[in-house]
Amino acid sequence: MALEQITQVTGRAVHVPGNDIDTDRITPARYLKVVTFDGLGEALFYDERFAADGSQKPHPLNDPRFKGATVMLVGANFGCGSSREHSPQAIYRAGFRAIIGESFAEIFFGNSTALSMPCVVADKAEIEALAAAVEADPEMLVTVDVGSLEVWYSDQSFKVRLPESAQNALVNGRWDPIADLLEAGEALEAASARLPKAARQKGEK
Amino acid sequence: MGKSLYEKVWEAHAVRTLPNGQTQLFIDTHLVHEVTSPQAFGMLRDLGLKVRFPERTFATVDHIVPTDSLREPFADPQADEMIRQLRQNVKDFGITFFDVTSGLQGIVHVIGPENGITQPGMTIACGDSHTSTHGAFGAIAFGIGTTQVRDILATQTLAMGKLKVRRINVEGSLPPGVYAKDVILHIIKTLGVNGGIGYAYEYGGSVFDRFSMEERMTVCNMSIEGGARAGYVNPDQTTFEYLKGRPYCPQGAAWDAAVERWKSLASDPDTHYDEVVNIKAENIAPTVTWGINPGQGCAITDRVPNPAQYPEAERAGLQEALTHMKLEPGQPIKGVKVNVAFLGSCTNGRISDFREAAKYLKGHKVAPGVRAIAVPGSQVVAKQCEEEGLDLVFREAGFEWRGAGCSMCLAMNPDKLIGDELSASSSNRNFKGRQGSATGRTVLMSPLMVVAAAVTGKVSDAREVFGVGELVGA
Repeated sequence: MALEQITQVTGRAVHVPGNDIDTDRITPARYLKVVTFDGLGEALFYDERFAADGSQKPHPLNDPRFKGATVMLVGANFGCGSSREHSPQAIYRAGFRAIIGESFAEIFFGNSTALSMPCVVADKAEIEALAAAVEADPEMLVTVDVGSLEVWYSDQSFKVRLPESAQNALVNGRWDPIADLLEAGEALEAASARLPKAARQKGEK
Repeated sequence: MGKSLYEKVWEAHAVRTLPNGQTQLFIDTHLVHEVTSPQAFGMLRDLGLKVRFPERTFATVDHIVPTDSLREPFADPQADEMIRQLRQNVKDFGITFFDVTSGLQGIVHVIGPENGITQPGMTIACGDSHTSTHGAFGAIAFGIGTTQVRDILATQTLAMGKLKVRRINVEGSLPPGVYAKDVILHIIKTLGVNGGIGYAYEYGGSVFDRFSMEERMTVCNMSIEGGARAGYVNPDQTTFEYLKGRPYCPQGAAWDAAVERWKSLASDPDTHYDEVVNIKAENIAPTVTWGINPGQGCAITDRVPNPAQYPEAERAGLQEALTHMKLEPGQPIKGVKVNVAFLGSCTNGRISDFREAAKYLKGHKVAPGVRAIAVPGSQVVAKQCEEEGLDLVFREAGFEWRGAGCSMCLAMNPDKLIGDELSASSSNRNFKGRQGSATGRTVLMSPLMVVAAAVTGKVSDAREVFGVGELVGA
């Protein structure tokens, strides 16, 4: 399966500040009552962006200056809470292709990587400096270089961190693991034969 | 050097090393519910794949199920579509399904253990972050995304990186009125909501040795709220006694062999842990949350934080939480007005939770103006409560006695907060909007504290309301 090699993401950025932003905030649970991921971009941060009467609240994603941004800047423990893949799906479907944060919740990170959306970790000071530069010039392009693990903007750059396995998967176009997993072939049957299984016992209803 | 249970189970389930360096890990038991699975079955069909080991996947419906009436079609057409999709998927792919008509339906993390599908030494995954619950049995259990649900359906494996292991010892005796829920809220408050990133938590010490399986489940359930994807307790006699005779557990000679194998999987005495944390049981109080994540908690006798007394960097976050919760800096948490009391969820919706709450609730009435609902975690729990007359205790006190499901823990069914109602909740998350209203407020607490809040109409100290402690030994 030939997948796109994610070596670099370049685009305008938007800063969504705050720590511990959970997946209920990213995609409120009522938007999970769907049987496909289509249209989830609309749900992104819905209750943070809109009041009950549908009017807009002040939120970076409502700010026309940042419309069309493809790189999101976030704080610590972004994506904590539920395992819902709907959250990274909503971010991706709203047009984002990379997230730079102080840290990411693990399930969110894995879900994002499997969608080809790198979540790279940077120091707080670097993210804040970048956020200030974006605020000053929303048209400025930001590049997340997955190969060299650097972020470039204006005449600045800083190092970011990404687990080697995720970097490897992204740059080599193996971010969707299904082809690699299927390659195990009969080793799967062998594993199943030797490992325990919950089976309903005879005589039980 | 000895090995931890985590390492032993990991090694036994490693199929091979993947090209990106991750491990292809075999998943013994896969649990499925209606919310995070339809897209996975869709992807499977798009790829032209089958479910590789259908006998290793078990499905139920829990998140969207109404708890007042199971009449179909459900009033919510989206919910109805989800249950119909799941029924079609389990039929098409030959998966065991605990439907609402089975008498066995319930929250996926309640029915796995009660049927003995959850067993020590297994790897267990589900598209649900509270899968960590099953770690109570000495299983390595964790939540996954929908693409990974597809991976398991297609291959029974996942691409995973190995976690570090943090041993958390809780030694001593819990004071009266302090429960497993307080233990985990205290742990999260101490280590932080992101303290567990990169770790599996191994819980142990004399408190866990004495805990029942249901108490262990309550703690393991909320590991993810501390950032730890998995949490577990080593299997022991308590584990084996709970499982013996359950429908999906081995019997006879196979049972004896399984117990021997399970014993060998417990962490060795000379295990080297990546980190060890020691907590004194006597320091744990009845704990409630005051903020918008499960780490923002305090003892019931404490005051909420005053941001002015915290470092500059923390103030905005604290103030955001206080503003959402409509609390004044430094005010006591005790006495805050409650609109809703919710008893249930995969954290505290088991028989022992209802028994303990009913024991103290008997003879009391829900305060005027408080909407109180009791939602059993499964149909089996509901039936058991009804056989013991516990439902009558709740009904007579003024609680609504409901059917099984996730209900107001995440409000994907009609059970929701309205406006800025404040909920005293035995669930696991107090995130903004979690209980169905964007401005709704949640205070997490133990089941006993929920019934105390229900009868007083305020966040209350159950020890004072019910004279807890005086009853000990009575």
